[in-house]
Amino acid sequence: MMARSVCSLSGTLKLVFSNRLTRPPPARYGGRHTVTLIPGDGIGPELANHVCELFRFCCVPVDFEVVNVDSSMDSEEDIDNAIMAIRRNGVALKGNIETNHNLPPSYKSRNNLLRTTLDLYANVMHCQSLPGVTTRHRDIDVMIIRENTEGEYSSLEHECSVPGVVECLKIITKTKSLRIADYAFRTARAKGRRLVTAVHKANIMKLGDGLFLECCKEVASGYPEITFDSMIVDNTTMQLVSRPQQFDVMVMPNLYGNIVSNVCAGLVGGPGLVPGANYGEDYAVFETGTRNTGKSMANSNTANPTAMLLASCLLLDHLKLHAYASMIRRAIISTVTETQLHTADLGGQGSTSEVVQSVMNAVQSTGPLTLSI
Amino acid sequence: MAAHTAVLSMSKILNPFWGGRLGNTVKVFGTTLTSHRNKTGNRRDDIPPPAKYGGRHTVTLIPGDGIGPELLNHVREVFRFSCVPVDFEVVHVNSAQESEDDINDAITAIRRNGVALKGNIETKHTMAPSVKSRNNLLRTTLDLYANVMHCQSLPGVQTRHKNIDIMIIRENTEGEYSSLEHESVSGVVESLKIITRVNSLRIAEYAFQLAREKGRKRVTAVHKANIMKLGDGLFLQCCREVASGYPDITFDSMIVDNTTMQLVSQPQQFDVMVMPNLYGNVVSNVCAGLVGGPGLVPGANYGRDYAVFETATRNTGKSIAHRNIANPTAMLLAGCMMLDHLKLYDYATLIRNAILTTMNETRLHTADIGGQGTTSDVVQSIMRIIHSTGPLTSAL
Repeated sequence: MMARSVCSLSGTLKLVFSNRLTRPPPARYGGRHTVTLIPGDGIGPELANHVCELFRFCCVPVDFEVVNVDSSMDSEEDIDNAIMAIRRNGVALKGNIETNHNLPPSYKSRNNLLRTTLDLYANVMHCQSLPGVTTRHRDIDVMIIRENTEGEYSSLEHECSVPGVVECLKIITKTKSLRIADYAFRTARAKGRRLVTAVHKANIMKLGDGLFLECCKEVASGYPEITFDSMIVDNTTMQLVSRPQQFDVMVMPNLYGNIVSNVCAGLVGGPGLVPGANYGEDYAVFETGTRNTGKSMANSNTANPTAMLLASCLLLDHLKLHAYASMIRRAIISTVTETQLHTADLGGQGSTSEVVQSVMNAVQSTGPLTLSI
Repeated sequence: MAAHTAVLSMSKILNPFWGGRLGNTVKVFGTTLTSHRNKTGNRRDDIPPPAKYGGRHTVTLIPGDGIGPELLNHVREVFRFSCVPVDFEVVHVNSAQESEDDINDAITAIRRNGVALKGNIETKHTMAPSVKSRNNLLRTTLDLYANVMHCQSLPGVQTRHKNIDIMIIRENTEGEYSSLEHESVSGVVESLKIITRVNSLRIAEYAFQLAREKGRKRVTAVHKANIMKLGDGLFLQCCREVASGYPDITFDSMIVDNTTMQLVSQPQQFDVMVMPNLYGNVVSNVCAGLVGGPGLVPGANYGRDYAVFETATRNTGKSIAHRNIANPTAMLLAGCMMLDHLKLYDYATLIRNAILTTMNETRLHTADIGGQGTTSDVVQSIMRIIHSTGPLTSAL
C-alpha cells in the first residue's frame, strides 16, 4: 500500500517537474510585473479600482491588464480571453463574475470554468481573528484548503429518461485527492502547523468521500510530525460554531469547502475581511475568500475593501514582492484594528473610500516612498 | 367520488380507534383530510390502525449505539415514573453485522406500531461499502421524507446568539444520500445526487403547510442552484410552485454558503427553512451548535404513515457512552414530541415543562453546556419536578 502510494506520488512529481520545464517564464519585464485583472460584477469593479489606486500610490511595480467578462453574454469568448490573459501572465486578481440563474443550464458558471480550465486545484483561505473586529469567537486561526476543481462542482447533470428526476454527479478521483492532500500537508509543514483535519461525509458517501479520506491518510503517513484526523462535515460545522479554536488546517472536497469557508468567514467577521487564493501548478488567481458579488451594495461606496486589498497582498507575496506586501498589509491591519474605521458590514459607518484613504495614509506615514496623496 | 364518501364513512366508524395517526395527519397537514385522501385514492385503506390497545400505545424503541441505550433507558424511566400509557417494543440493531436482518426486523416493528423512538445506529467506515447506513435504510424504506428540527434558544443556556427560533425542514430520502456510487474507472468515483420533482414538491408542500399551521411568516429555500443548475434548480422551481399557493407566506431563497455565513452572524433573520438532504444536514448542525449543542435539540422524521423520533443531530456519542455525562435533554424532548404525535398532550406538556424547568431554573447542566451535572442528576431532577407538579406518579 505504501509502495503504491509512493509510486503514485513520485509519478505525479515527475509530471510536475516536466511541467515546470515547459512553464512560461513570469511576465516580468524591466522589473515590472504584469497581472491580469478581471473586475467581475457587483462590487468587483469598484474594489478593483481601489486596488489599482493603492498600488499606484505605493509605487508597486505591477501593471494590470484589465479583461472584462460580461456575465450576461451567452458566448464563452469573454472568459476564454480572460483565461488566455492569465496563461500569459501567470497571475490574476479577480472579482466574482455573476452566474445568472435565469439563463439556461447549458450556461456554465464563468468562475467555475476559469478554475477548471486553469486547473487551479487548491483554494486556500486563511481565517484569522483580527483584534479590532468584535466577533463572538476569539483567537480563531484556521487554514482551509479546499479542492477546487472536482467534487460537486463538476457541472455534470442530466435529467434522466424519466422526467422530473435529475441526477447530479459528484466526481472524486484518486489523483486529485492525493494532490490536494499533498498540497495541504506541504502547506502545513511550510507554515509550521501541527494538525490537519480532513472533512468528509464518508459514512454516507462511502466510495466517494471514502476515497478522499483514504488518500488523505496515505499522504499523512509521509508527514509524521503533523497530526492527522478526520471529522464528518456536520459535526465539523457544529464544532465550528461552538469551539472554532480547535481547528488548525482543514482539507476537504469542493462543496464542504464552500460551506466551511463561509462559516469560518462569518465567524471572523464576515465576507468583507477574508481574502482567498486559488493555486494551480502554473497559475494563481486571487480573489475575496467567499466570492460574493455583492450586487445589493454595488456602487454605493459601502463595501468593505479589506478582503480585496488583502487578496492583493497575497498576490504581491506570490510575485515575491514581500516588502510591498507587508507594508500594505500592515497598513490595512492598522486601519482595521487601530483606527476603528469600520464599514457597515462590521457595524461601523465608514465608507469604502474612507477606508482606502486611511490605508494610504498609514502607508505614507510608515512607508519609504509614495506619491503625494 | 364513491371512494371519497366510502372513506369518509369509514373514518366515522373508526374514529374512536384512529385517535393517534389520522387526527395527527389533520393537524400536520392543515388542510382538510379529504383533500389529502383524494390525492392518495384508495391507499388509505391498507394503513393499519394505530397500535393502541386498552388505552395504551405501543411504540418501537431502537436503542442504537453509543449513548443511545442509556438515554433511552432514562426515557423509559421517566415515562414509567409519570405513568405514561406507552409500552416500548425494544428492537436491537447490531451495527457490526453485515446482514440486514436486524434493521429489517426494526422496520417491520415500526410498520406495525407506526411510531418509533430511536438512538443513532453507528455506521462503521471500515466495513465494506456495500454495507449501507442503517439509519439511512430505515428512513428510505419507511419513506420518512421530512426531517423536522425546531431550534430555539433556551433562556437557561448560555450561547453566543440569542432569540433564535428556526424551523428546519430537510428532505430526508433522496439528494446526496441516495447511496448510489460506483467506480467506473479505477481511481475515479462518481456519486449520484438525485433530485426528483415528486419528492421536491412533497417536501415543499410539507414545509409550507407546517409554516401555515404554526403561523410562520417566511420560508427560505436553501440551495446551490448557481452550480447545480438542473438538480437544485429543480428543487428551487418546485418550492416556487408550491409557494405560489400560499400567498400569506413570504418565500425567498438563499445559496447554502451565504446561508451558513448568515447563520453564524445573524441567525435571527431565519424563520422556516426548507432544503435538500445534505444542506439540511449541515444547516441543522450549525443551528444546533448555535442554540447550545447536540444535547439539546430533538428531531422528528415524518412520513405519510410513520413517524420516528430521535435527537436532531443524530450523534452516536461513542466517546461519552456509559460515563453518565451525556445530556438527556434532546432524547427526552424527542420523547415529548412523540407523545404529542400520539396525542398524549398532557403528558407531553408535563414532561416538557419539567425538562425546561430543570434547564432554565435549577440550571442543572451537563458538561456539554458547561455544567457539572451527571445524566442521572438531570433525570432525577426532572422526575422530582414532575412529582411535585404532576397529578399522579409512581413512588420516587
